[in-house]
Amino acid sequence: MADAAVATSGAAIGPPVIEGTGAAGFHRAIFAGLVVLLLVAPFLLYPVFLMKVLCFALFAAAFNLLLGYGGLLSFGHAAYFGMASYISAYSAKVLGFPPELAILAGTAMGAALGLLFGALAIRRQGIYFAMITLALSQMVYFFSLQAKFTGGEDGIQAVPRGTLFGILNLAIDINLYYVVAAIFLIGLYAMYRIIHSPFGQVMKAIRDNEPRAISLGYRVNQYKLALFVMSTTLAGLAGATKAIVFQLASLTDVHWSMSGEPVLMTLVGGLGTVFGPLIGAAVIVSMQNYLATLGAWVLVVQGIIFVTCVLVFREGLLGFVAKTIRRPL
Amino acid sequence: MFTIFGVPSAALFGQLLLGLINGSFYAILSLGLAVIFGLLNIINFAHGAQYMMGAFVAWMLLNYAGIGYWPALLLAPLLVGAFGVVLERVMISRLYKFDHLYGLLLTFGLALIIQGLFRNQYGVSGLPYGIPAELRGGQALGFMFLPNYRAWVVVASLVVCLVTWFVIEKTKLGAYLRAATENPTLVQAFGVNVPLMITLTYGFGVALAGFAGVLAAPIYSVNPNMGADLIIVVFAVVVIGGMGSILGSILTGFALGLVEGLTKVFYPEASATVIFVIMVLVLLVKPAGLFGRAT
Repeated sequence: MADAAVATSGAAIGPPVIEGTGAAGFHRAIFAGLVVLLLVAPFLLYPVFLMKVLCFALFAAAFNLLLGYGGLLSFGHAAYFGMASYISAYSAKVLGFPPELAILAGTAMGAALGLLFGALAIRRQGIYFAMITLALSQMVYFFSLQAKFTGGEDGIQAVPRGTLFGILNLAIDINLYYVVAAIFLIGLYAMYRIIHSPFGQVMKAIRDNEPRAISLGYRVNQYKLALFVMSTTLAGLAGATKAIVFQLASLTDVHWSMSGEPVLMTLVGGLGTVFGPLIGAAVIVSMQNYLATLGAWVLVVQGIIFVTCVLVFREGLLGFVAKTIRRPL
Repeated sequence: MFTIFGVPSAALFGQLLLGLINGSFYAILSLGLAVIFGLLNIINFAHGAQYMMGAFVAWMLLNYAGIGYWPALLLAPLLVGAFGVVLERVMISRLYKFDHLYGLLLTFGLALIIQGLFRNQYGVSGLPYGIPAELRGGQALGFMFLPNYRAWVVVASLVVCLVTWFVIEKTKLGAYLRAATENPTLVQAFGVNVPLMITLTYGFGVALAGFAGVLAAPIYSVNPNMGADLIIVVFAVVVIGGMGSILGSILTGFALGLVEGLTKVFYPEASATVIFVIMVLVLLVKPAGLFGRAT
């Protein structure tokens, strides 16, 4: 039924191509600036707030990796974030894992679940892909609601933060902050390298023109699945870290509304930009903090931001900056 | 009273009836999604919120204007549909030249706004809406008790679905619609006002959701969240059936409602997930959906 319109569909989702020279050096400078910023930030802002921003920034960046560079809209990233959060919390609290292993276990869960769901979801494209990922994540939600180990409505509370590698006491906020900042930077740098690798180039080719990529001999589905698993692994890393930071894993983390968060952050920050999701996460988390007392108005404001971004500000904050300075960000 | 597979017949048929009622809502909502998707190529994420609006408009008509169920059954879908027309003209129509995923994101944002506004105004505890006097009571059928209102819901949704199918497949207007689905540019070249048709189609799909909302109001409490979880199940229904066929959407909706009802009898733990499991199986065996064409 949709064949005719697909052929005439206009601009693909994703950023306009910005050709810049010396982009690598420019990006190295931004990463260096980011390291400095993350080092001094806890002296200016409340570390727990910063950790929340960084966890969500990693989550949003993982989502952006998939949509911005692969053109795949997953509306069910809460499944990987939330399940990783449960596994991390469970292994730290009940199994007594040290934090590094708990986070690793959660991340592995994100990868495994991503492999399973990704293999199913890539069987359909476009809008169906979004609906399938959403439905699968709702299945995970109902599973979490009924399963014993998740603690149902209560979730897993009072997760011990533990000591990293048996040396660093993570119960102290500032110690944990630097660990989270390191995890975030490693995750973001990994994504940066993925995007700028030959693999990333092929992904962008598939995003922009899938039939042509197929005709060039690329096994498109394998590429999509690989990118999907990378994205869910990093979403898992974000969720697992979040469970240690807030010492809590709950149904909120697997609910469909959690899947909307990285979408919103990515849209605000700039779809298909490396650093956009960080900006988007900072904006949205700050907004949620300010509006926390207003109850359901947060929902309304988020909806309005969604609508505004989609209608008039599709490039997002960093996309706009990138267009202005004519360099990819 | 007799038993089937160790289950009392009243319980079995009671759950089947509940399943059929859920199936009615799946059918109307997935039909609306399919009609909208056919012409606009967007997935209307706000469909659940618009279904909720239908229920709320019926409640408001009764409590603020004293207008009862029967007029509301006509008025509420009209009002919700008119709201849909405005949304399409003001916002959705701006996105046709971009990737279809933006339509999904826009309607998701709209759903958040609508739900948030209703939650602020009416809370989340739910408001009661009485069954109309004509449909109170029920029939004792021997093997089960059939409440009149529930029978009415199944019949009404079947009729609405079949009329929609008839209009789209068998009338001249429907022929224009199907032609515009295949090739909008060519149909416009023949002098058909395609943009107007698109607007009215969206309004009609939204009105269907509003109609389902009015039907649902006396069964479920009128609640700002009533559409949010339902719409995800309807998405799964749409993936299972494929959106290529109107009759397919209707059949899949009713059938999956029944399957869900049966699961509640024999394995209640899985009743919330059975539709998603079926979706996974269909994706493995027939990725295009039961009635879908490969895309």
